[in-house]
Amino acid sequence: MRTAIHAEWTKLRTSPGTIWLLLAVIVSTVGVSALTTAAMTCVACGGDVLKTSLTGVQLGQAIAAIAGVLMMGTEYSNGLARLTLTAIPRRTRVLTAKALVLTAVLLVTSAAAVLGAFLAGRAILADNGFARLSISDGTVMRALVGSALYLTLIGLLGLGIATAVRSSAGAIGTVLALLFVFPVVSLAVSDPDWQRKLEQIGPTSAGLAIQASTNLSELPIKPWHGLGVLALWAVAGLVSGGLLLARRDA
Amino acid sequence: MMRQLRAEWTKFRTVRGWVTGMALAGGFIIAFGLFPGMQGTCTDNKCKLPTGPQGHLVTDRFEFAGQTLDGDGSLTVNVTSMTGELPPGPNAEQPRQGLTPWAKAGLIIKDGTKAGSPYAAIMLTGSHGVRLQHNYLYDQAGAGAASWLRLTRAGDAITGEQSADGTHWTKVGTVVLKGLPTKVQAGLFATSPQHSEASALLSSSGPSSVTATFRQVSQQGSWSGQLEETELTGSGDIGPLVSGSSGLGVSVTQALAGTFLGLVFAIVIGTTYVTSEYRRGLMRTTFSATPRRGRVLAAKAIVAGGATFVTGLVAATVAVVFGQKMLRDNGVFVHPVTTATEVRVIVGTAALLALCTVFGVAIGVLLRRSALAVTIGVTGIVLPYILAMSVLPDGAGRWLLSISPAAAFAIQQSAVEYAHVANNYIPTEGFFPLSPWLGFAVLAAWTAVAVGLAAVVISRRDA
Repeated sequence: MRTAIHAEWTKLRTSPGTIWLLLAVIVSTVGVSALTTAAMTCVACGGDVLKTSLTGVQLGQAIAAIAGVLMMGTEYSNGLARLTLTAIPRRTRVLTAKALVLTAVLLVTSAAAVLGAFLAGRAILADNGFARLSISDGTVMRALVGSALYLTLIGLLGLGIATAVRSSAGAIGTVLALLFVFPVVSLAVSDPDWQRKLEQIGPTSAGLAIQASTNLSELPIKPWHGLGVLALWAVAGLVSGGLLLARRDA
Repeated sequence: MMRQLRAEWTKFRTVRGWVTGMALAGGFIIAFGLFPGMQGTCTDNKCKLPTGPQGHLVTDRFEFAGQTLDGDGSLTVNVTSMTGELPPGPNAEQPRQGLTPWAKAGLIIKDGTKAGSPYAAIMLTGSHGVRLQHNYLYDQAGAGAASWLRLTRAGDAITGEQSADGTHWTKVGTVVLKGLPTKVQAGLFATSPQHSEASALLSSSGPSSVTATFRQVSQQGSWSGQLEETELTGSGDIGPLVSGSSGLGVSVTQALAGTFLGLVFAIVIGTTYVTSEYRRGLMRTTFSATPRRGRVLAAKAIVAGGATFVTGLVAATVAVVFGQKMLRDNGVFVHPVTTATEVRVIVGTAALLALCTVFGVAIGVLLRRSALAVTIGVTGIVLPYILAMSVLPDGAGRWLLSISPAAAFAIQQSAVEYAHVANNYIPTEGFFPLSPWLGFAVLAAWTAVAVGLAAVVISRRDA
């Protein structure tokens, strides 16, 4: 297992796009958060200030998903997969190693991204007259840790789907559809019961419940339960990818 | 050029993934349109609404104190006070004192008391000054402040006048109500519409009311009786029906919720249509066969865009026609729209999907990496929409929906905006900042820029 992990780490470390993708996760998360908070004016100074300052996760997740997808997708697009599977014939071990390396890398990256977004958002919102958030607050801590876990889980979902689909474009299309279609459809559905149901099962809407700091009792799903729903999506992706990988020709 | 088109069409139809993807895109749009998720209470004509003289559905509820006027005549009144009650706001629990901007009190001449009948009215409003309105759709502003109002009938013509002191009168305007009978209802009225308020992240809406005091009523002409000085309290509105929080029901756009999923497919297909050729080295063969590379790009854009357009057209037609029927059968009130609007929404949806495919082709050429290209395409179009609909304050949201590719969703708007009807005309209620075709032009401009760049890059770069 250690050799498999080492091999995956070397592949990831030496491929030229990796560092740019990880930087892009940070830049896009912080950037979109900063722009959104800058657009806020303190008319009633209400609303979920914490969640607003973490809006950048909406864009960061798409890039985290690319990182996950490419980890498997490139193996298939350039034929490396056959070599990898020859070197490590126990195929689930390959996927496990990839998942572990991806988790470690994304956890570090998303922690930086989320913290950066929070600090930038807090400074800008304070300038606009909103109340200043404290990082030692339990809700704030939950939102920050939860958002970093959220980005990591999205990456893992991407990895699982890419393993199942074997095409980078198809995989990223599927992940983005899962991430963006649930929220859009639940915006469009005007029946409140269906809206709630969709928000409970959608990976984005359920997972981002972890960022909520106001009206907690009115959330469609409890914060940690919501992140659990996303974890189920990621596990389902990885398991189906793993099963297909083990049974199929490369 | 025909040869290139044929070659690209052969490539397109023989790759199973693209054909399946296209079928799935159409299938999802139809499935979302026919998804029986929504239930309403408008079964058995329970939501039958009055229709105005122009065939529009209207709201026609107001408090009225009137008499029958036979032939020509006039009515003058001094509205000495207007007060009102507003629903609890975003930061308040209790109803508050105050006037909603379109609270109305004044004089009205109407063809009978049947809801939806022709009328002309002059009124004071909460914060829009003196207005002369008629037949629900039409609104004229008066000049300056006034508390005296006069409405005069001469044949089919009705003239509204305003005055600050009861002696110096200014004409606001004359409107013509064709075919107005000799005997009409005329008198005092008061009404106040739904009050909506939106602050940074919250919005609220609820019924409001207005109380108006009418003094020094004077009548000229042949009346059935004397109008007394009185006080009227009213809640409701006289105007066209709007959809959204101040209105009722949904618009046909509801049946096209699947467009977003279709759009992801369109971009994936457009992008891989190019990137897979680069990955497998087929691009070199293609360029050897057609050394004028711009033609390859054009052929790919036409074939992929055309295939998406046809798929989108079929899917959107089915979704709108049958989706609407299903919603109505479920008792949901769907705003009726003109056939022209329906055609624009359907054709616009197909064209929107086709443009997304062409956008995908162009960024596929520019980036040659499918995962990155698909992500840029999808997030570039969908993310601004989500941000504008969920987190951004109204101003920033409208700005984003005016300049980003997501502006094109305006082509699906079927709800109509009226300047003289109070409503939350915001994106989340289905009202886009740009007009349908202008919004569509924004996406077209983005696509044109991407295709232009791709045309330059494809000719200068090694394959």
